[in-house]
Formats: sequence, C-alpha cells, structure tokens
Amino acid sequence: MKSKDESPAAPPSSPPVQFNRRHLLGLEELSAEEITCILDNAESMKSIFTRTVKKVPTLRGRMVCNLFFENSTRTRTSFELAAKRLSADVVNFNIATSSVAKGESLLDTARTIQAMHVDIVVIRHSCPGTPHLLSRRLNMSVINAGDGAHEHPTQGLLDTFTMREKKGRIKGLKVAIVGDILHSRVARSNIWALTKLGARVALVGPSTLVPRQFEKLGCEIHHNLKEGIAGADVINLLRIQLERQRKNLFPSIREYRLLYGLNRDRLRYAKPDVLVMHPGPVNRGVEISQDVADGPHSVINEQVTNGIAVRMAVLYLLSGNAGTAPATE
Amino acid sequence: MRSLIIRNGRVLDPSNGIDEITTVYIEDGVIKQVGGQCAVAGAEDIDATGLLVCPGFIDIHTHLREPGREDKETIHTGTRAAAAGGFTSVCAIPNTEPVIDSQTGLKFVLARAESDAIVNVFPYGAVTKGQAGEEIVEFGDLVYYGARGFTDDGHPVMNAEIMRRALEYSAMFNVPVLDHCEDANLASGGVMHEGDVSNRLGLKGIPALAESIQVSRDADLAALTGGHIHIMHVSKKESLEAIRRAKASGVRLTAEVTPHHLTLTDEALADYSTYAKVNPPLGTAEDRAALLAALLDGTIDCIATDHAPHTDIEKDQPITDAPFGSIGLETAFPVLYTKLVLTGRMSLEFLVHKMTAAPAAIVHLDPRGSLSHGAPADMTLIDLNKEFEVTPDFFLSKSRNSCFLGERLRGSVETTICGGRVVYHQRKVLRPQA
Repeated sequence: MKSKDESPAAPPSSPPVQFNRRHLLGLEELSAEEITCILDNAESMKSIFTRTVKKVPTLRGRMVCNLFFENSTRTRTSFELAAKRLSADVVNFNIATSSVAKGESLLDTARTIQAMHVDIVVIRHSCPGTPHLLSRRLNMSVINAGDGAHEHPTQGLLDTFTMREKKGRIKGLKVAIVGDILHSRVARSNIWALTKLGARVALVGPSTLVPRQFEKLGCEIHHNLKEGIAGADVINLLRIQLERQRKNLFPSIREYRLLYGLNRDRLRYAKPDVLVMHPGPVNRGVEISQDVADGPHSVINEQVTNGIAVRMAVLYLLSGNAGTAPATE
Repeated sequence: MRSLIIRNGRVLDPSNGIDEITTVYIEDGVIKQVGGQCAVAGAEDIDATGLLVCPGFIDIHTHLREPGREDKETIHTGTRAAAAGGFTSVCAIPNTEPVIDSQTGLKFVLARAESDAIVNVFPYGAVTKGQAGEEIVEFGDLVYYGARGFTDDGHPVMNAEIMRRALEYSAMFNVPVLDHCEDANLASGGVMHEGDVSNRLGLKGIPALAESIQVSRDADLAALTGGHIHIMHVSKKESLEAIRRAKASGVRLTAEVTPHHLTLTDEALADYSTYAKVNPPLGTAEDRAALLAALLDGTIDCIATDHAPHTDIEKDQPITDAPFGSIGLETAFPVLYTKLVLTGRMSLEFLVHKMTAAPAAIVHLDPRGSLSHGAPADMTLIDLNKEFEVTPDFFLSKSRNSCFLGERLRGSVETTICGGRVVYHQRKVLRPQA
C-alpha cells in the first residue's frame, strides 16, 4: 500500500467504481467502503508529494475554486496545494474584496464562478447546509470545507487517515474527542467516519458543550476528562472558542483549563502509546499544554501533511464526476 | 339583489348538523334556506353535482404583508390566494411596515380591503405601539373601527407586566389577545426545533420550552385578569398540558394549530430546505401526534394557516439567513383532507368545523362559518376526488414559499362564494361588482 516507488502516475488511471459521487458534502452520507476508498487513495497521493518531484498531471486543465466565506489559512492553503500537486488550476475567491461585500447573494456569487467554467468549488461558510444549496442549484462539483457546526469532511478524513496510518487500523480503537462538541463540525465529521469504521468514540467536555443528544450518534458522553480519556488510543482535542464563554456555555477559560486542559499528568490515564491530535489552530496553554503539544505523542504537524494527501484524493475521486450531471436549476 | 341557488351538492354544515345532498338558497347575499323548496327571485343556478358545499373557511392567522412588504403579498393577491384555498374570511396580522397600531393604519387596511379584496378581511391591531413591547395601543378606538383582536405576532410580548395589562384592558372590549408564544432569550439564534435532527445538522435549535413557558405564563395571566388569551400556532407537546389545565379551570383560553404542524416534522429540514423553516419550528413525530390528539379532544380549538409569504430572493439563502414562514392558504384544506381525513384520523365534518365555525367563534365572526338562516352567504365548493400536484405555478399568492411543494393532494376548491357572489371558479378570479 505505502509505495516507496518513485515512478510517476501513482494514482490509478481512472477512478475506481466504488466512488461515483459528484460532491463531498459530509461524511454522514458516505459508506464505510467509500471512506476507506478515499483513505486508500490518500496513501498513494501521499507518496507523490513526499518525493522530490511533487506533482502529477492528473487534473491538468481542471479548474478548482476556493470559495471561503470564513477566515481560513490552513484549510484553504491545503486545498490549494492539493489541487496544484494534481496540476489543476486554482483560483481563490477573496470574499472580503469581492462583490459579496457589495451585497451580492450567495447564489449569484456561485453562478458567477460557474460561468467562469470552474469544475470544482471548495466552499466554507458559517451556515450549515450552504454546500448542499450550491450542489442542488449549480452544475459544479462541490466540496464542503466546513459549513457552520455541521461537517468538515476533509478534516474528518485526514484525522481518520492519520489514526489509521499510525495505528494500522480504526476498528476497535478508542478515540476521545475533547472540547466544544456542540459547535464543532470537526467533531461531527470525526464521529461519522470513526463510528462507520468501527472505532469507539468518547466525547468529553462540559455538559453545556457535550449534550446527551450525541449518544444517538453512537458516542459515549463524559464530563470528566480522566474518565473520558481512560484507555484511549487517540485523544483529539478541539479548539475552545472564547466566544462561547460570552454566551455562558462555560464560566471562564481558567475553569476550562482546570477541568479539561490536557497536560502530561493527565495523559497518563490514556494508553501509553496514545496519539494526541488537534485540528488547529492550537490554543497553547488552554486545551493543551505546551509539553504535550510538542511532545512525543503529538501528531499535530503530521495531520497537516496528511490533509494535503486526503484533499488530493478527494479532488481526484470527484473529478471523475465533475460537471457531468445536469443541474436542477 | 345577489341571489343564487346551489343545487345537488353534498351540503355539509357542521354547526347545524347538516350533511346531505340538497339545495342552498341565497338571497341578497345571505343564506335564506338550506333544503326544501324556496322561491328566490332572479336567482342564478349553480349545479354542484359531485361537489362538497360547505361554509367558507375562516383563517384567523393570515399575513397579508400590506402595507410595507408588497413584494411578498398584498391584500389584492392574498385574498385571491384565500379564495383559491376556499377561505372567505381572513384575519390580517398587523406586523406590517408600519405596524397597524392606530386608527390610521387600521383604516388603511380596511380601505384597501374595500377596493382590492375579493374575500372578507378582518384586521387585528398590534398589542403594543410599533410592536415594541412597551406601551399598549388604543384598544378601544381600534375595536370601534373594526379590530377583531390584538397581536404582536412577529415580535411577541416578552414583558409579563405588559401582557398582564393588555389582557386586563382588552377584556373590557371582549376581544382576544393572540400570542405567538416564544421566549426570545431561549429561542435566540435558533433555526429549527432543538432535537436530534438539529444536532445532526449542526443548526442551532429552539427548545420546546421556549414556547411552553410562554403558554404557561399567558394561561396564568389570563386566569388573573379574566382576559381572553388565544395561543397562536401551538406546536409542541409540552405546551398542551398548560392549555388543558387552563381550560379545565375555566380560563378564557383558546388555541389554534397549523396544517404544517399537524402533518410535518423537523425531518423536513434534513436537506436544509428553507421552505420548511417556520416559526414555531416543526417538531418531532411525537409533537405531531400530540397536536392531532389535542385537536381531536378539543384542547386545541381550531385550525389556522399562519400564511407567511416570503420572496424567492429571501428563501434562496443559506438557511440561517432565510426568513421563517410558509404560505398556507391554498394548501390548507387539501393537505388536511389528504393526510388526515383520507387516512381516517378525523372526519370530514370535524375538519370543516375546525376551519369554519370553530375559528369564527374565537374572533366573534359568527354566524359566519355556518349556513344558518341569515348568515352571510360565504361558501366553498370542493371536488373531493380531484387530485393535483402542488407546483410553484399553482399559487395565486404572490409568493411560492410553500412547505408542501411537490405534494400530490386531493380535495380541489372549485368555487368560492363570498357574500352571495362567486369570486373564484376553477382557477379563475371573478372580480365582483363593487
């Protein structure tokens, strides 16, 4: 699987039959087989850009547009690099200076991009369901790069990819996700991928941010960090946002750190070979201590590397179906 | 003289216990006689063979949007939509721009109704000036000029002291205060019902108790003041216990439920459909079942549409930005007939009663809603067997934001008669002589 071969054209010449979607809107609707297919493809992709010549011509002549309505550096850059390594052309639609600032509607912005013959649009928006709206109304492939608190499928895939790469499997792993689960698209995408692939998922955080409803998604709920991470193979920490404190969902950053901050002492409750993950950007000294973030268990930087591989795989798999079916509009 | 004879129809008048194939005689715009033989001078004949003939429907919760949002609906288009849905009377919600909170505004609506409407328009006044929730309006003056009730629907009265005074003061004039029960703090930022579906979709939920807390508050205030509180569009099972308790202890409390809350659930938003984004939000299947049971046992008094037109421009937005609301006048009867009568959940007679005499009683429009001798001749003729699909071009409303788009329904309104005149017949509007 992990090819060290330096020969070109590592990806297969045509997308495999088990993946024939036009859009990646979320992981909820994907089967375990489809998720595995993306992860397998990502392995081949990773072998491409970890060698000297980091580029293949697979998507030459294709146009990818990054349409980000929320600030993002790492995800947007990751998609851009992924597309470029597949030889696609990439444009970044800068919202702050675009006609959106002049009151243009979302659909009009998207129609404009479509009229420029873009094949794949990568969208991030604060409102859940916005990628779904575009996928229904436009004739482009749509990749969800984060829609509000709903999903961030490529993050869920890269987290799962990293776990599988390090642990050799997903089935049977205990994964603790710690933090603001309620408002987290990263958590939801992780939950879907991990439960479908057979991991045990424990959600950890204050009762205001980890409501009981998540039990319905097949997760364990813990409000005590030590209990939640006990025996964990993986701890995935989420960024805690100060904005939530203003809405009285927790009383202070200080108390959050006291109750849920991961430090070296607390790490001992997990398995000795536990992986520590974080989607970034990291609040050092809040959800994670400096020594753990930089310590031997941390794979935070490898997650960034793997993000490119996963996004290459997604772009590649969707491009086989980009712009082929008629739009409903 | 506006005289009319409607022959051979199945005449269903729940308030008078009539359900038979017979003739209705109308003279000078009022019901003269049902059944038997009767001489009516110069009458036009309508053959209603194969049709249901019933009192015209009455909607006590209609957003006509005029003045201010004529891009969504006007009194002209809204009353045409009403007629197409078999409604002969609509009560206009005052959350317009400007808000109807004075004699001037009320007179504008009545004057527009006089010149533009093809069915009866009964306006409400706001509870507080500008619906700002601070000062009560001139209830006495507004009632004198024709207000049938008072509501801050759209911006519910949060201050319990203000609501107390409104109920206390309105009781003098024997008019209801109609409340959209929603605690603004609990509901703040919410898009849909808080539950498993909202959690899965990552959308901020509105908890059921945002409604039920206000229902309990209003019931207690009505008990204290002797005022008539009407609970608009009850949507959650948690609200029903407070309504039952209040009614059992003799509080003047009435309640309505919409066709969409009786037939849809929060699963309708599973694909982020903005057309299913309504307020109060669609509940769970359990809520839906509890609402139906409450309508059947009399806890809920009547059906109202909460017809809430919005433009495509507004609804074609990300779901958090799109406004709440669905149009409902043109689908109310066929939806309920198809989904509740044809499935055996309620009788046709019960449904017609809950859309005619029951709402009329709440805002004192009786004898409208019946075919009693001397009642205004407001009637609806329906082909119960005719099936149709709800498509965007189906609507006479200016807007198309229906949560029932794409449904195949039975029960087509063929003819609507208002004040003894045919105002609508088979997809055509017939403008009566002024």
